[in-house]
Parts: sequence; C-alpha cells; structure tokens
Amino acid sequence: MVLLTLMAAVTVGVVRQRNLFGVVILGGIYSFMMASVLMVLDAVDVAMTEASVGAGISTVLMLSVLYLTKSRESVPHHTPLLPLVVSVITAGVLVYGTLDLPPFGAADNPVHLNTAPRYLEKSIEETGVPNVVTSVLSSYRGYDTLGETTVVFTAGIGVLLLLRGRRRKRKARPARPERGSAK
Amino acid sequence: MKLDLILRITAKLMLPFMLMFAFYVQFHADYGPGGGFQAGIIAAAMVILYGIIFGLPAAQKVVPARLAEFMVPLGVVIFAGVGAIAMLMGGEFLNYSVLLSDSVRGQLIGILLVEIGVLVTVSGTMIAIFYTFAGRGRG
Repeated sequence: MVLLTLMAAVTVGVVRQRNLFGVVILGGIYSFMMASVLMVLDAVDVAMTEASVGAGISTVLMLSVLYLTKSRESVPHHTPLLPLVVSVITAGVLVYGTLDLPPFGAADNPVHLNTAPRYLEKSIEETGVPNVVTSVLSSYRGYDTLGETTVVFTAGIGVLLLLRGRRRKRKARPARPERGSAK
Repeated sequence: MKLDLILRITAKLMLPFMLMFAFYVQFHADYGPGGGFQAGIIAAAMVILYGIIFGLPAAQKVVPARLAEFMVPLGVVIFAGVGAIAMLMGGEFLNYSVLLSDSVRGQLIGILLVEIGVLVTVSGTMIAIFYTFAGRGRG
C-alpha cells in the first residue's frame, strides 16, 4: 500500500514535471517501485525483468533520446480536456472489468485449476527443472516463448530500420544545397 | 573525459561482475528466478555501460555493431532450429524429450539451448538499438 501510494505520487510528479530529464528519472523510480510491488506479489521473474528493462535499459534509451532532442517539454497548445475524458472513461471501464475477476489469490480460481496443477506435479519428473517458471516458459509453453523471441526480433528490426532510414535521408539532404551552390 | 576517473574505475570493477551475473541468471534459471530474457538484458546493460563510460568506439571494439545486428536473427534461428531438430528426430516441434535418449536430459538440453537463443536475440537487439541511438549526433 505504501508502495502504491508512492507510485501514485511519482505519477503526479511525472505529469507536473516539465523538465524531461526529471521525467525520465521519475520513470526509472516508478519502474523500480513497480519491481518492488511485483516482489511483494512473489513474481520474482517479472520483478527482475521490470527492474532491468523498465528501470535500466529504458532509462538509458530515454536519456540517449533526450540527448538528441530538447530537454524541456513544450507547452501544450490544446486543452487537456478531451484526453482527460478519454482516460477517465478508459480507467472506469478497466475498474468495472476488475469487478468481475475472481478474488485475488484464492485457490479455486480458474487459473489454478486448468493446467497449472499438472505442471506443478509433473515438472520435475518430466523436465528435471526444479524452477517451474523456467520449465513452463521454455518447455511446456515453448511456442509462446518462441513467439515472444520473434516479437523482440521483429521490434528490434523495425526500430533499426526506422533509425537507419532517417540517417540515410540526412546524409542525402546536405548533398542538394551543394548542387545548388555549384549552379 | 579525464575528470570521470572514479566512474571509469568503478565501471571497470563492475563490468566482470555484471557479465558473471548475466551468466548466473542465464544458467541458474533451472533453480532460481531468471532466464534468457533477463540475462540478455543484463549482458546488454554491461555493454551499454561500457559504451557510456568509455565511448561508443570502445564498446564497438568489444561487440561490433555488425555482430550485434547478426545476433538479432541468430537467436530466433537457434530457438526455431532446436524445434526443427526435435521434429527431425521424430518428435513434435519444440518437443525436447527426443533430443537425447533420456527424455529428462533431453528436456534439460532443449531448455538450455532455447534460453541461449532468447539471450542472443534480446541482448543483440538491445545493443543494436543502443548503438543506433548513440551513433546519431545531435540533430
């Protein structure tokens, strides 16, 4: 609860802050607190990913983007009324959706009754891996993880293509005035 | 660059441990939390830290940009390749039990190889993205 309150405070800070450097750092802090929340919920693997990706790599990438752009957010030209209404409605729908969810952590929830018991019982016997998370991720659900790896691959290729394309264009741009000056 | 002596020495001290930790997370995933994804990020973070402290050319001497970009599809190929080999050896796609005569050991080998595939793709992607971002001058 304390963590969630702190996270809310950080979010308010992100919204009010105009200095983008501060926003990036606050984003990193938010990620670390999210990782702590996930630790409290016993999702150590996810917490680790959040800490390394959310707080580590993204912060570094955001900082290197910041180096390329201005470090102050420009003052918005339009009123924030429409986005506010949209987000309030979305949040309301999401909260309404959570009302239908089964109680958190109850043993007879559908997720715990479908395939999970079989994984838990047979994991060591069938794969010899004591950590069930690993055996589920890479053996029982190998397809899903292959899909995830492909997503990372596709996203990486996409980002690289976009950035490379820009660079070529910029190289082409100075060439044109040169031709013009020669005339 | 001369002023950040403390940063450089601290980074130098930390780098081997970061790589160690990445491999620990990678190969200890059978027993503790972690796996190819987290290990890939940590390994990439090591290269990125090196690049930040010692400059981009030094980092590209350790991991050339070409290699990082080559790693991006390589990991997917490793992952899918393990699945295809399992298929060739008479099992279903990604059924590692047929990789060795002992099905449990086959599973272990399969998981290990697949996690290496994930590690290669994730770290390659992160390093390549960092290189392209850092390689662009202030526009």
